[in-house]
Amino acid sequence: MKTKWSKTLSLALICSLSVPVAAIADNLFAGTNAKWKAECGSCHVAYPAQLLPTSSWQRMMKGLDKHFGTDASVDTSTAAEIGAFLEKHAGSKRGIAGETTMRVSETAWFEREHRKVDAATWKNIKVKSAANCAACHTAAEAGDYRERGIRIPQQEITR
Amino acid sequence: MHIRIHSRLAVLAAACAFAGANAFAATPAEMRKDFEAAAKTAMPGFSGLSAARGEQFFKTTHGKDWSCATCHGVRPVTDGKHTVTGKLITPLAPVANASRTDLAKTEKWFKRNCSDVLGRECTAAEKGDVLEYLLTLNKG
Ligand code: HEC
Ligand code: HEC
Ligand code: HEC
Repeated sequence: MKTKWSKTLSLALICSLSVPVAAIADNLFAGTNAKWKAECGSCHVAYPAQLLPTSSWQRMMKGLDKHFGTDASVDTSTAAEIGAFLEKHAGSKRGIAGETTMRVSETAWFEREHRKVDAATWKNIKVKSAANCAACHTAAEAGDYRERGIRIPQQEITR
Repeated sequence: MHIRIHSRLAVLAAACAFAGANAFAATPAEMRKDFEAAAKTAMPGFSGLSAARGEQFFKTTHGKDWSCATCHGVRPVTDGKHTVTGKLITPLAPVANASRTDLAKTEKWFKRNCSDVLGRECTAAEKGDVLEYLLTLNKG
């Protein structure tokens, strides 16, 4: 089977297509999209789409001007593209599919996966927030949450 | 065959990067000029941009919890840090960051950040003052 590049495809269309990331086992980015990565990865790591269900992403995309206490609004065409990407890759597994929260860090899945992390670690100033995935998952930026990339920040000695 | 496809991809990627980078390209100095012109149109008596006013604006709060410096730091030639998420923000000042040349991006963030810091959009004069201040900063 030969792939033929159609010259009629405009450059703009090709540029806006999502570029598949190299398939690494356990990479939580099922696919990627340039606008999603740029817009949703500017204030925090871009959270993997599969960690929340469609309904959560839809609710979130409707209220970006009031997004967890901050203005994260995007223009309507960007919002449509990102929304479609998130819905396409949203979590459909039992558990995630039933969630209603907009926080990955409040899903039952997250709590189960992190039950061994102790309270003092969550309070560590270098972690600040459970949403700060990259504080412990050093390759979170690339969607890689595997155990070998986990480094729990050292406690700040305050006492 | 493979090589051919790859070199095509490379050309395409380069073309995309070029198109992307130049979509709304403007040097910070050009943006500064445009903000000043817009400020003069909005306020006929406007005497010109002021780096001192911009610095003051940047470092103080405006009725809400955050100032611009809360995330961008009091010396915006160095890295800042998002105050809620802890994510690193590369330097805001153009002298320390060559990528501050996308007008659409600059306007988008002014809109968002002014809404968080002032509860409204910034005026052209305010944006121009901030840019005037950022452009006076030296790397050292
Ligand atoms: C202007 C900054 C900003 C932008 C842009 C932004 N966010 Fe956020 N986001 C935040 C802040 C602040 C929080 C709260 C983080 C915390 O509590 O630690 C947050 C939290 C979240 C959370 C919950 C994290 C958790 O599990 O607790 C999700 C999911 C999220 N954002 C998705 C998105 C998506 C999708 C986009 C792109 C459409 C986006 N964000 C763009 C600032 C932003
Ligand atoms: C305070 C540090 C910390 C933070 C912050 C954190 N994690 Fe984790 N995470 C861990 C640890 C430790 C484990 C391993 C738990 C175990 O082995 O019992 C883990 C496990 C995981 C796993 C399973 C990895 C595997 O292969 O077993 C995923 C997926 C994951 N975390 C995603 C996230 C996401 C997404 C966020 C942000 C919304 C996040 N984590 C925030 C510490 C953290
Ligand atoms: C809550 C954190 C936060 C606050 C407060 C904040 N910013 Fe930002 N700002 C960001 C983030 C995140 C970015 C995007 C990251 C980047 O461009 O490196 C950004 C980007 C910008 C940009 C875009 C730069 C470019 O590339 O053109 C400008 C301009 C800007 N901010 C100005 C301001 C001004 C002026 C204020 C005060 C009114 C302010 N910011 C307050 C977080 C913040």
